[in-house]
Amino acid sequence: MKPPSALAGKFDSERFSPNTFAYILMIPAAIVMFGVVVYPFMYNVVLSFSNMSLRHFKDWHLIGMRQYAEVFKGKIFYIVLLKTLVWTFVNIFFHVTIGVSLALILNRKIFGRAAVRTLLILPWAIPQVIVALTWRSMFNYEYGSINLFIAHFLNMSPVEWLGKPLEAFSACIITNVWLGFPFMMTIALGGLQSIPQELYEAADIDGASGWRKFWSVTVPLLKPVMIPAITLGIIWTFNNVNIIWLVSNGGEPSDQTHILVSYVYKAAFNLYRYGYAAALSMVIFAILLTFSLVFLKRTRASETAY
Amino acid sequence: MKTTGNKFKIQNLKLRILNLFLYFLLIGFTLAVLYPILNVFSISLRPGDRLLSTSLNLIPDGASFHAYKVLFTQTPFLLWFWNSSLIAAAVTITGVALASTAGYAFSRFNFYGRKSAMVGLLVTQMFPPTMLLLPMYIMLLKLHLINSYLGVIVIYTSTALPFCVWQMKGYYDTIPFSLEEAARIDGSTRWGAFRKIVLPLAAPALVITALFSFMTAWSEYIVAAQVLQDTSLFTLPLGLKQFEASMSTQWGLYAAGSLLVSVPAVALFLILSRWLISGLTLGSVKG
Repeated sequence: MKPPSALAGKFDSERFSPNTFAYILMIPAAIVMFGVVVYPFMYNVVLSFSNMSLRHFKDWHLIGMRQYAEVFKGKIFYIVLLKTLVWTFVNIFFHVTIGVSLALILNRKIFGRAAVRTLLILPWAIPQVIVALTWRSMFNYEYGSINLFIAHFLNMSPVEWLGKPLEAFSACIITNVWLGFPFMMTIALGGLQSIPQELYEAADIDGASGWRKFWSVTVPLLKPVMIPAITLGIIWTFNNVNIIWLVSNGGEPSDQTHILVSYVYKAAFNLYRYGYAAALSMVIFAILLTFSLVFLKRTRASETAY
Repeated sequence: MKTTGNKFKIQNLKLRILNLFLYFLLIGFTLAVLYPILNVFSISLRPGDRLLSTSLNLIPDGASFHAYKVLFTQTPFLLWFWNSSLIAAAVTITGVALASTAGYAFSRFNFYGRKSAMVGLLVTQMFPPTMLLLPMYIMLLKLHLINSYLGVIVIYTSTALPFCVWQMKGYYDTIPFSLEEAARIDGSTRWGAFRKIVLPLAAPALVITALFSFMTAWSEYIVAAQVLQDTSLFTLPLGLKQFEASMSTQWGLYAAGSLLVSVPAVALFLILSRWLISGLTLGSVKG
């Protein structure tokens, strides 16, 4: 059938059936994923039913659903959840509207298009930590350039960006909008370029207005590209602990700027409430999983309408 | 005749106003994007006694590269740079190796558990960061592996992997199967067909995978802050945060360091962004 392998012990992929070969290709990734995803996940499930904390680090035991009860009992969970929803919605709204608008402009034949596109991608390219810390310094009350701008050009009194809850939360949102729109812009630009030009020409012949062309050609054809990106964007934004943590310096002032993930990060690593943090992590995961299933199902259902 | 001419003129005028408006919008956004970057650059050039300045000039009075000099000679910046490079390189190599093989298996073979594994990878994206970090942290504490690179490298690889596998799979899907069949008829092994035929064709996707793994490792803060607690093991983000924490005294160091850390990431990103766009949209459409 085939010549025996000249080198004994050489990796011989012909010995295996196709599926065994597939398993072999997958094993390295599977081991890593099992070791650092599946196993910790199970461990997290166990922790969420336990009383582990720094005080009960060695002598912890299972206490049933008590940590979950603790999560839902306090008013704080609902307040933080509401803030998380506002955070996610506002961010994604601006990411998508700004991103798609810029993509539409950049998709026209305008002067300096390539250069502008490169510049507009920059916020995505800069490491998030640096974006967050830089904006934090720009929000500084006395020396930050935002207040200097406000005082200099708008002649208004400076805003205490990082010292008050609402202002600090807005500061986080502004930072995250700034760094997030290039992703949506890039995806939308890719989607726009794949729309066949003939469709617009046909619409022109039918005498469609620019507005009509946008809603009847651009939007439906952009949708299949944008829906997965928006789903991912929502999950990433919901789970983005970086920006809140670094811009508001761990939830300042007095833990008023937390979203769920930064709240749970604090519970775990600053307050050492391991069991409670594990339970809250499970709740966050359940929220995102439910959302994704419902969202993908609904958008898929609407896709078949076209 | 006359009315249509007028109509044409009005439309032309409308188009011009629209274009003008769009240009303003574009310029506005470009300035908004550039300003923070220029601001950091400006702070990095400020002489030590004028760090806290209320001037809005981009080039400060008495501009100097003093902060850069101090950064290299009086702080562990170079050591942190080396640590970050080491971790990022390890994560990139493992990420590419694991994602390219696993993605190929998902794309070409219809084995048992394929679909659920693909969905499983997607589900991991919904884990809140603490979901894996907390158990891993406790495990590392119990194994006395806090302050080791191994923990960080493994965590980063696993964060980057799901996206990379999907991305690779989506790209392999666009490569016709007949190419491998032809190679197999010519006597190539399965492994040979993958390595010599498919892998070179998938170069753009490999580049994205490498970029994504690199960026994950290069700029991560939240995990590193818990696992690496010894200053000599710090990665760049941890080091920069330390400068930032004492904003008044080391603002110039922070700014200079940030620029130097961003440059490699931004350069890579911009060079590779051409493939990024096609790769991402392909991946998402096929996904």
